Amino acid sequence: MPPRSSRSVRPPNRSLERAFAGLCLGAALLPVLVLVLLLGNVVIDGIGRLGWDFLTGYSSRVPEHAGILPAIVGSVMLVALTGVFAIPIGIATAIYLEEYGHRGRIATLIEVNIANLAGVPSIIYGLLGLELFVRALGFGRSLLAGALTLALLVAPIVIMASREALRTVPLALREAGFALGATQWSVIRKIVLPMALPGILTGSILAVSRAIGEAAPLVLLGAATAMNFLPDGLLAPFTALPIQIFNWTSRPQAGFAEAAAAAIIVLMLTLLVLNGFAIVLRNRVQRRIRR
Amino acid sequence: MAGRKRTVGTTRRERYIRDALLACASLSIITTFAILVILAVETVAFFSEVPLSRFLFDDEWTPLFADAHFGIWPLVAGTLLTSAIALVVAVPFGLLSAVYLGEFAPPRVRGILKPTLELLAGVPTIVYGYFALVVMTPMLQGFVPGLAGLNALSPGIVMGVMIVPLITSLSEDAIEAVPDSLREGAYALGAGRLATIFRVVLPTALSGIAASIVLAVSRAIGETMIVAIAAGQEPRLTLDPRVPIETMTTFMVQVGLGDAPTGSLGYRTLFVVGASLFAMTFVANIFSQRLARRFRER
Repeated sequence: MPPRSSRSVRPPNRSLERAFAGLCLGAALLPVLVLVLLLGNVVIDGIGRLGWDFLTGYSSRVPEHAGILPAIVGSVMLVALTGVFAIPIGIATAIYLEEYGHRGRIATLIEVNIANLAGVPSIIYGLLGLELFVRALGFGRSLLAGALTLALLVAPIVIMASREALRTVPLALREAGFALGATQWSVIRKIVLPMALPGILTGSILAVSRAIGEAAPLVLLGAATAMNFLPDGLLAPFTALPIQIFNWTSRPQAGFAEAAAAAIIVLMLTLLVLNGFAIVLRNRVQRRIRR
Repeated sequence: MAGRKRTVGTTRRERYIRDALLACASLSIITTFAILVILAVETVAFFSEVPLSRFLFDDEWTPLFADAHFGIWPLVAGTLLTSAIALVVAVPFGLLSAVYLGEFAPPRVRGILKPTLELLAGVPTIVYGYFALVVMTPMLQGFVPGLAGLNALSPGIVMGVMIVPLITSLSEDAIEAVPDSLREGAYALGAGRLATIFRVVLPTALSGIAASIVLAVSRAIGETMIVAIAAGQEPRLTLDPRVPIETMTTFMVQVGLGDAPTGSLGYRTLFVVGASLFAMTFVANIFSQRLARRFRER
C-alpha cells in the first residue's frame, strides 16, 4: 500500500468493487442470454415446420400447408434492387463528402442532413414511399416502390461506413498519386477506392441486412400479405419475409405461429451469414490497418 | 483534404464526375425535403377538415369510426408508456454493460461480448415482436396478475432489450474517450476503482451517455413492429401497463393494412400521426446531437 497523505481518502473497498464488477458483468451478459432465449424458442417452435415443402410452398389458409416461396423470392428481389440503388449512391455521396467537400458549406449541410435522416423512424419512410413512389410516380404497390423506399432508408448506413473507410486511407498515398500527375478522379479510382473497398463492402452488407429485416415501411406501402404467385417484374406486387412473419404472427391459430417461427429461422440464418461475413471482413481490415 | 490546390490538371471530365457525385450527395437533401413537404401538405389538409382543438382537446381517438374522435393523446400516451418501460429496462442494463466493457472486461471477454451485442442490434424488430407476443407475454402472465394477452408491459420490456446494444455501444464510446490520464490521476490520489468510475469517468462521459439515452428515447418512440404485434390496437388514455393500448406507430400500421382510400380523412390521419411522430423523434435527435457535440468539444 502506498502511504496516504490524507485521512479523508477512504481506502478502496475491494469486495464492493468486486460486487460492482460482477453486477456490470451480469448486465453485459443479458444480451447473450436474450439471444439464446430468443433463438432457442424460435428454433423449438419452428424447426418442425422447416422443410422443403415449406420453403417451396405458397401462402395458404391452412397453416400446415403455408409456405414462404413468394416471401423468399420477394425478399431476394427487393433487397437486390435496394442494393442496386442504395450502394452506388451511398458510395458516391461518401466520396463527395470525403474527397471533394472539403468541409464546405454544402458538404456540411449534407452531413447534418444525413445524420438527421439516420434518426427518422423507418415507418416515416413508409409514408414517403407511399406518397412519392406508390402514388405520385405511379409505381403502385410494387417491388420497385418498395426497393426505392428501402434504398432511401438504408443509404445513410452505406454513406457512414464508406466515409469511415475512405478516412482510413492515408493522405500520403493520395499525395503520392498527385505527385505522379494523376487527376483527382484517378487517384480516387486507382488508389483510394481499392484501399477503402473492404470497409465499404462491410457497410454495404450491413445496409442490405438492415433492408432484409425491415417490415414497417413495407406495411405502409401496402406490400401483399398473401401471395399465390411470384413477382414477375419491377412493377409486380410483392411480399417479403418480414411481412409474411408479421402476417402469420398476428393470426390466432397456433399453426401460424409455428410457420412464423420457421420463417424467422430462415430470416435469422440469412442475417447471421451476412453479418458474420461483414464482421470477418471488418476484422481483417482492422488487422491490416494496424500493421 | 487532398487535392484542393491541385485543380491545375482538372479536365472537363473531372468536373463532370465531381458534379455527378454532388448530385448523388444532394439526394439526401431531396429526401428530407420530400418527407417534410408530404407531412406538411397532408397535415394541413387534415386540419382544414378537423379543427386543431379536436386534435388537442379530445381524449378519444376513433378516427375510423362513424362517431369519429380525433384526440391524439391516447396514442401519445401509448407511445410514451411503452417507451418509458423500454427505458427502465435499457438504461440500467445498457449503462452497466458499457461500464463493464469499458472498465472491467478482459480483452477476450470483450472480443465475445461486442460481436454478440452487434448481432443483437442486427435482429429485425419483427423477430422481437414475435418474441414479445409468443414468449415474453406468456412468461409474464405467470407472475403479473391481470396481464392481458396484448399489453404495454411485454413489448416495452422487449423494446428495452432491443435498445440495450444502442445505449451500450454509444456509452462505451463515451467511456473509452475519457483520457487514461484522468483515471491515473484519480488512482494517484488514492481513489479506488469505484470512486474513479463514479466520480471521474462517468461524470466526464456524462454528456456522451446522455446523448445515447436520448437517442434511445427517439428509437423507442419510432419503434413499430414490436408494439404493432404485442401491444394491441386499442387507443386508450391509461398508464396501466397490463391492458391493450395503441401507439402512434401501431395506428399507422393499422391504417396501412386497411385500405383507406387516398384523400379520405382516414388516409390523412396517417400523415397527421406521422407528422407528430416525426416531430417527437426530431426533437429528441437534435437534443441528442447537441449533447454529443458538447461531449466531443470537451
